[in-house]
Amino acid sequence: MATQTIEHDVAGIVAADPFWSEGAELRDAKAPAGPIEGKWRKRQFEAKLVNPSNRRKLTVIIVGTGLAGGAAAASLGEAGYNVLNFCYQDSPRRAHSIAAQGGINAAKNYRNDNDSTFRLFYDTVKGGDYRSRETNVYRLAEVSASIIDQCVAQGVPFARDYAGLLDNRSFGGVQVQRTFYARGQTGQQLLIGAYQALERQIAAGTVTMHTRHEMLELIVVDGRARGIIARDMVTGEIETHLGDAVVLASGGYGNVFFLSTNAMGCNVTAGWRAHRRGAYFANPCYTQIHPTCIPVHGDTQSKLTLMSESLRNDGRIWVPKRAEDCTKDPRQIPEQDRDYYLERIYPAFGNLVPRDIASRQAKNMCDEGRGVGPAVPEKQPDGSVVNVRRGVYLDFAEVIKRIGQAGVAAKYGNLFDMYAQITAENPYQTPMRIYPAVHYTMGGVWVDYDLMTTITGLYATGECNFSDHGANRLGASALMQGLADGYFVLPNTINDYLAAGPFPKVAADDPAVVEALANVRSRIATLLGINGSRTVDSFHKELGNIMWEYCGMERTEPGLTKAIGLIRALKAEFWRDVKVTGENEALNQTLERAGRVADFLELGELMCIDALHRRESCGGHFRAESQTPDGEALRNDDEFLYVGAWEYTGDGPVLHKEPLEYEFIELKQRSYK
Amino acid sequence: MNITLRVWRQSNGAAKGAMQTYQLQDVSADMSFLEMLDLLNEKLTVEGIEPVAFDHDCREGICGACGVVINGSAHGRGASPVPTTTCQLHMRSFADGATIDVEPWRAGGFPVIKDLVVDRSAFDRIIQAGGFISVNTGSAPDANAAPVPKVKADRAFDTATCIGCGACVAACPNGSAMLFTSAKITHLAMLPQGQPERWSRVKGMVAQHDIEGFGNCTNIGECAAVCPKEIPLDTIGQLNRDLMHSLLKKDGR
Repeated sequence: MATQTIEHDVAGIVAADPFWSEGAELRDAKAPAGPIEGKWRKRQFEAKLVNPSNRRKLTVIIVGTGLAGGAAAASLGEAGYNVLNFCYQDSPRRAHSIAAQGGINAAKNYRNDNDSTFRLFYDTVKGGDYRSRETNVYRLAEVSASIIDQCVAQGVPFARDYAGLLDNRSFGGVQVQRTFYARGQTGQQLLIGAYQALERQIAAGTVTMHTRHEMLELIVVDGRARGIIARDMVTGEIETHLGDAVVLASGGYGNVFFLSTNAMGCNVTAGWRAHRRGAYFANPCYTQIHPTCIPVHGDTQSKLTLMSESLRNDGRIWVPKRAEDCTKDPRQIPEQDRDYYLERIYPAFGNLVPRDIASRQAKNMCDEGRGVGPAVPEKQPDGSVVNVRRGVYLDFAEVIKRIGQAGVAAKYGNLFDMYAQITAENPYQTPMRIYPAVHYTMGGVWVDYDLMTTITGLYATGECNFSDHGANRLGASALMQGLADGYFVLPNTINDYLAAGPFPKVAADDPAVVEALANVRSRIATLLGINGSRTVDSFHKELGNIMWEYCGMERTEPGLTKAIGLIRALKAEFWRDVKVTGENEALNQTLERAGRVADFLELGELMCIDALHRRESCGGHFRAESQTPDGEALRNDDEFLYVGAWEYTGDGPVLHKEPLEYEFIELKQRSYK
Repeated sequence: MNITLRVWRQSNGAAKGAMQTYQLQDVSADMSFLEMLDLLNEKLTVEGIEPVAFDHDCREGICGACGVVINGSAHGRGASPVPTTTCQLHMRSFADGATIDVEPWRAGGFPVIKDLVVDRSAFDRIIQAGGFISVNTGSAPDANAAPVPKVKADRAFDTATCIGCGACVAACPNGSAMLFTSAKITHLAMLPQGQPERWSRVKGMVAQHDIEGFGNCTNIGECAAVCPKEIPLDTIGQLNRDLMHSLLKKDGR
């Protein structure tokens, strides 16, 4: 298959690039001027309000019921709006926020260790490698304390000490203890809190819940987002839902890699359909590869399981110093023959360096031939196949000696059990084996300070948007962002838009509705009609392999260029040869997956183009061409201090740059040494 | 390994279902049970047969979406050495050459939608009937304003870990959802924040439980035996105590 080549001029800058073109600069117009401490209060004061008695005349459509969507639906329902809420699962309680393990950050300073709103803001911006918007991140830190208050009031059973007060632990990339947790199930407990608040509003009649529904199209009328087309996944009925505003809270797109820690159903379809209707997609290549996941067992693996980053508080990561020791029983390898490489390279942060760094170092160790566990066949760039051990040890021997097995079980019991069940190894006795896996996507639908996308009246919240984590997310910050957006930000910004409503009623036969409906129907008919020879999963796996190989932990110019060619060929093959069994008019899980994979194929190409265009390393985006002498990510602030927001044109993506301005934090090369 | 699967196939809720037999080769012992079903489905798809529909999502044992009856026990608890969800059950729990029966949850409160997929929306409606604390966003006091004794906090947590999978109902000879309901009652009853609505909550949730067609509890204990999260049976005692207590009280007292 043909791969495209690109011409370089002497400076290494692409002279004529066939993959993208550049459009006008983009700016967030909503964050007010003034000191950073006052911006959010000022914005709240300036935002137009909706009289409580008028709210029930306004309909808000929310897609997704995770922390961002569920919290927003509950809060807007409480406020009195008429909310329509959608999820693909059989219950809103199953959204993938539930799988978050470690904790949620908040600048409470309950530990008296110098924490503050500003420090949380600073840590998040630094952790994101200076590629996030100051204004949004400061607000996130500002509302973080209220999230904990809200959750406790809902009955979320956070860990407590013997005085009955809330406990905290530390997490990667920071030196204070600000993480609140509920054993290894923090996401579950927070989500159940939001879910219960949501069910209360469903009972009160302010929220109408549509479970087992998947959004397949956005309806835009006169430049405003006015509704969605959703498929009832049980009956196959294609439904039109109309309202005054649409909120996407549909999560991240890590499943583009096929293997990830995401739930099997996580997908990009809602965001991608909006993108195709005009919402810009920002920083798609910023992917978080989480350092502590259970390694792959074989080629029938369907997903990867995370072992919470909190384990790095007490576990020590190492590999044998010598490659010949890699097949030995780890307990037989004496202390002096072990390389605790994170502690060696980063003495200040040790095992608690940010995720991107921990992941890349694990890869480096395995690339050097010092990985552990079973050797798995890997295709090399030259086409040959080499067996590589992809795993490093996460060792708890020391902490077990210090606080005993019962003490460790109280902190991490469920994680140890999960590990034992999946691997059939007992982590109390032998060190865990871990390896990085795709976990979170920092990129997403572009939003302004109000969380509105480039389509008027369309909002994006939680992992679905791009706004708060820059090029790398710190641990325990995803839960914080989802709930911040859902409970406190969106309910205080969407009113500014809704105050101009209710907007003129959209007729069922409005051309925009008819067109969107026809679009969905014809796509489904096409998928069902191809009747080719390859399964949906086989395409998904192949796409995942391409993405992991060329757009994973290390990216290069030739690799990305090659990947784009491969994805284009795979996409063409998909539409020619995919086999989708069954019919539309029934529960059809193959059809659901086919639609999602079709969108992943388009997204994968854009991710590679974004990664190709960003000729610098930052956070989780590591370009081999741009590194410091000791192998750390080397940013290029002169050329790339911007958000890359992509416009869909149907004729190649158009890049709009949103310059990042650092008024309150000084730009520095990140160092955790 | 090679295995024989006998799987419940039912094209929709109104259709009559039946067990179908499939042979499956090259199953790895390290596969999860659902990955084994993926393998079956890939094979069926290539043969032009519609794959087996089953609910699943996180595959980490936490979302509660998956759940089938395996060889007569919910989540295959009978084959697993430890409490488990279907997604966390691995094929190493089965012998080479084994015959494995796979059926949906069977309970009056959980109608079949297709194959192994059932409708568990009754659980959501039980929560709607009072399984929450009525606090609006923004009105909460400081999180440390009300200390919770560690013993109570731990018990609240232990019961809050319910994933709403429905195994308790599937295992119960009465098709009762008492373990699910009592887990939520106990979680919220342990916390100071849960006290104001404690008595109205238990009345509301138990009433809705009965409306949904779930059976009564006769203390058999099958529910707790299969619960992947080990929700203890004594939560049902807590529910009964609270229910009795609530009958002597006006709501809110």
